[in-house]
Amino acid sequence: MKVRQVMDAKSIDRAVARIAHEILERNKGAEGVIILGIPTRGYHLALRLQACIASIEGVSVPVGAVDATLYRDDLGIKKDQPSLKRMEIPIAVDGSVVVMVDDVLFTGRTIRAAIDALMDFGRPHSIQLAVLVDRGHRQLPIKADYVGKNLPTSLKEGVKVHLVEVDGVSEAVVEPCD
Amino acid sequence: MRLNRKDILGIEDLSVEELETILSTAESFKEVSTREIKKVPTLRGKTIINLFYEASTRTRTSFEIAAKRMSADAVNISVSTSSVVKGETLKDTAKNLEAMKPDCIVIRHSSSGAPHGIAGYVGCSVINAGDGNHEHPSQALLDMLTVREHKKSLAGLKLAIIGDVKHSRVARSNIYGFTKLGASVVVCGPATMLPPGIEALGCKATVNVEDALRDADVVMMLRIQLERSKGADFPNAREYSRLYGLDDVKLRKAKKDVLILHPGPMNRGVEISAEVADGPYSLILDQVTNGVAVRMALFYLLLGTSREDAPKAI
Repeated sequence: MKVRQVMDAKSIDRAVARIAHEILERNKGAEGVIILGIPTRGYHLALRLQACIASIEGVSVPVGAVDATLYRDDLGIKKDQPSLKRMEIPIAVDGSVVVMVDDVLFTGRTIRAAIDALMDFGRPHSIQLAVLVDRGHRQLPIKADYVGKNLPTSLKEGVKVHLVEVDGVSEAVVEPCD
Repeated sequence: MRLNRKDILGIEDLSVEELETILSTAESFKEVSTREIKKVPTLRGKTIINLFYEASTRTRTSFEIAAKRMSADAVNISVSTSSVVKGETLKDTAKNLEAMKPDCIVIRHSSSGAPHGIAGYVGCSVINAGDGNHEHPSQALLDMLTVREHKKSLAGLKLAIIGDVKHSRVARSNIYGFTKLGASVVVCGPATMLPPGIEALGCKATVNVEDALRDADVVMMLRIQLERSKGADFPNAREYSRLYGLDDVKLRKAKKDVLILHPGPMNRGVEISAEVADGPYSLILDQVTNGVAVRMALFYLLLGTSREDAPKAI
């Protein structure tokens, strides 16, 4: 099995644009909406959503980053210790609609940790979840509100999203797991 | 990323990569202390024992706060109220504490090498919080973090360490740390306070304070350790202050954007004047703030990781 591209730069752009529209539709505009990305690539997707929303609605929604590392449940289990990323909550989250953004939704454990992390910063009115790829195999009762692409996968496969901001190329690929 | 070691005993045995890992992790941890809820659940269920055989305000409090901000349970033992006064040996104390299943013992001891000894006796992690005249690794790490925040990189900087070098574990740890990260270090003090052969650690040594201060990017003043020197190293505090105490006049020799560090506690008016200690170049309180972040990073890197036989997570 070799690396297989499932989304190219154009289809990622279209998915992000559609999600931006859906966020605005669901929340009846951008008022009270904060977009928080899960570093590293979730944060860059959040910035792309911000730009899309600005071009559609003409408003700049606050964007930040939620690092879930310190809230993970696998810290004592994984062999490799994750390095800490950036935590950046731009404005008070109390009463706001927080859209959390990640690149790939898999077991749901990262999202659980990110929700816990966010709750330490205040009490948002609601939290919505946007992901570029939903690959299934959830281990927790967590569901995305906005999905770029539903991608049925096997547990023997890994799904990676690359973004031009970080990796020099924008694509989503399926590759054999090691 | 992981720190593949059980203990932090000294800067001497840390590699450049390990130093970078600790410092960048500490940078991230600074944010936690700025939150309204200054606590993360990362080390829930871990027990950390602070075993202090010597007086300490900053270091002990800092380790305790770091442990609590990570949700670990911290237990403080000060020797004056422990069984040590009944004659228990260091090894027995360590083995008995280990029997209560802590995950980490933080130890300060007046004998150089005591943490190394304990690390060999116990299975849990051991962090050296200062041993005799030997090393004080967490202090050097917080000093490096503080300088890095202001100067981006330590490479090419000149650090002058001035004062009671002979009795200073802070000086030794910083000599190792700053030279490993590419800075040049000069130590300075009266000849009675400069141990012969200190150059072997990779620094220069001088008794001339102007030479030490000339073009220095960072000046670290050391406390005169009256409790260790027994008063034999210099005639009196006033003379010491005149020759080696850092004041505005002496400071003019250093670079314009010089940074002033002091590990505390300060003897104001002896090794450092109040104007300098409270002046615009002083980072003395930043050091204390960074101390908590560095210790959180050490706990995270030592305790927040798996044992080799742990099941694989997906």
